Amino acid sequence: MASIDIAGIRKAYGPVPVLHGIDLSIHDGEFVVLVGPSGCGKTTLLRMIAGLEDISTGEIRIDGRRVNDLEPKDRDIAMVFQSYALYPHMTVAENMSYSLRLRRTARERIASAISGAASKLGLDALMARRPRALSGGQRQRVAMGRAIVRAPKAFLFDEPLSNLDARLREQMRGEIKKLHQSLGATSIYVTHDQIEAMTLADRIVAMNSGVVQQVGSPLDLYDRPANLFVAGFIGSPAMNMFDGTYRAGGPAIEVEGGYRIPLRRALQAADGTGITIGIRPEHIPVGAAGEGGIPAKVELVEPTGLGTILHVRPFGATLKAFTLSRDATAVGDTVAIRLPAEWLHLFDAQSGQRLS
Amino acid sequence: MTRPKRIAGTIAHRGAILLYIIFALFPLYWLLKVSVTPNDLLYSEGVLLWPSRASIEHYLFVLEHSDFPRFFRNSVIVSGATAFIVTILASCAGYALSRFAFRGKYWIVALMLLTQMFPLVMLVAPIFKMLSPLGLTNSLTGLVIVYVAFNVPFATFLMQSFFDGIPKDLEEAAMIDGATRFRAFSQIILPLTLPGIAATLGFVFTAAWSELLFALMLISSAGVSTFPVGLLSFVSKFSVDFGQMMAAGVLALIPACLFFLFIQRYLVQGLTAGAVKG
Repeated sequence: MASIDIAGIRKAYGPVPVLHGIDLSIHDGEFVVLVGPSGCGKTTLLRMIAGLEDISTGEIRIDGRRVNDLEPKDRDIAMVFQSYALYPHMTVAENMSYSLRLRRTARERIASAISGAASKLGLDALMARRPRALSGGQRQRVAMGRAIVRAPKAFLFDEPLSNLDARLREQMRGEIKKLHQSLGATSIYVTHDQIEAMTLADRIVAMNSGVVQQVGSPLDLYDRPANLFVAGFIGSPAMNMFDGTYRAGGPAIEVEGGYRIPLRRALQAADGTGITIGIRPEHIPVGAAGEGGIPAKVELVEPTGLGTILHVRPFGATLKAFTLSRDATAVGDTVAIRLPAEWLHLFDAQSGQRLS
Repeated sequence: MTRPKRIAGTIAHRGAILLYIIFALFPLYWLLKVSVTPNDLLYSEGVLLWPSRASIEHYLFVLEHSDFPRFFRNSVIVSGATAFIVTILASCAGYALSRFAFRGKYWIVALMLLTQMFPLVMLVAPIFKMLSPLGLTNSLTGLVIVYVAFNVPFATFLMQSFFDGIPKDLEEAAMIDGATRFRAFSQIILPLTLPGIAATLGFVFTAAWSELLFALMLISSAGVSTFPVGLLSFVSKFSVDFGQMMAAGVLALIPACLFFLFIQRYLVQGLTAGAVKG
């Protein structure tokens, strides 16, 4: 097991910059998830840690040792690929033992290592099969088995679940988490799926356009997103965003249509500053019309089983409100919503940075 | 489509294929037919599909009293060596073109394409002029060198396309597993490229096996003639020994057929199935 330190990493493909100075410290045994939309540079960063991409500038240290110029094979890390990358001409057992055979490990130790990994992953019955005779989930398990047999310093996962169907993905997510709990290995996991990030991570690194947006525990990112990008990216259904203006006298936020939302504390902003207000759907209480609050017309009703997502229009913006109640609210009804000040996320409309 | 229409379509389709096969194989059939026709019947029986009396006298003559066995041996050496060397070079070059970005790659590809654009006849004289002072005319080595030079570009493109079809993830996984790039290439990528290697071997072998122009121009003594040149020796000033020529031709087909029989299982094997999500 090892810590991984990333300092001032930049990467450019020709004139096109992809990573703009990444600094990150990953502790021994930590499960870190790099999350962000496609093209944000998260996979490039992972491949640089693995040694599959050259580092333009900056430094990567694994366990304190600079690895910039080390070949992938000398970094002692294991990687699970999105495509699984199983060797098609080898059986499951041969796939899993390949790294040990390359290291000239004794035969008995190889046998015990792969049988240990196989029973951990439920692959015992499949050891003699070729990858083509396996289902997607089984291939995924073999890819993980190949990574764990040699007890590397760190595990790298490159969107390992994105080729699986939704149910299997959920199941494998659980298995990865359990595996991490039992092995306690330093892991870096790349995904664009914020649910995977939330459920798996000790710490999430949210990235966009080659820049780290926020690093923190899943609930940190959920409860206190540092900027508009993180606020919009983490959470499903996504956070509602609408524009308003800060009124220092009060203090309050004025939104379209003249509604004023009183704030508990003054912001460090000038009167009249443009504000983007965010509120999560589950933080908007919905009541019957006339109960007080802002009257809003229901535009769409989406039952999810667990609860209902109501698309309501209290003023210029359409907001999603999530409610656990199943009362028969229908499209066209008018309901009353509230926007509790304690649940509001306030961002500077210009810079997108958090104000509250 | 209605059922009768569909049946008619199928019949027309199969008929067209059959017609093509007959057209393609008829010369081979004629080769065989003439090779077993005794000399006295060759001109007297007209165009019968099979002679009234078949014999293997031409085969016996070709094997026992002609230089054919030596031509045959020379051809095996030249074609085998050419196929072997070209495939090794083309595998390495194709892999490099498929996987690496390097300075001058564009120009190398362009130059290789350029070599394919000249009619070979244009190049015979300069090549003779180059090989002659090196003592490489009238030698099998010289012939192998020329064949290798002419086959490498196409074989490289062929191999490159096979490497392109193999996901990069596989060798990256091997390199992370602890392999050097060369080991990843030889243990993971090459075994998956066997169909491509087989195709390249087969292609180059047959190209060298039937090459006449350079063999004719660079080789002057019977001792180092290859089989296509040797075939011409059945044409004398006064007559053409069709029977013996055809018998030699049939014998020359055997290695090519054996070769394809040997590699065909690799040609049809889709080894990469299951490597990645599919």
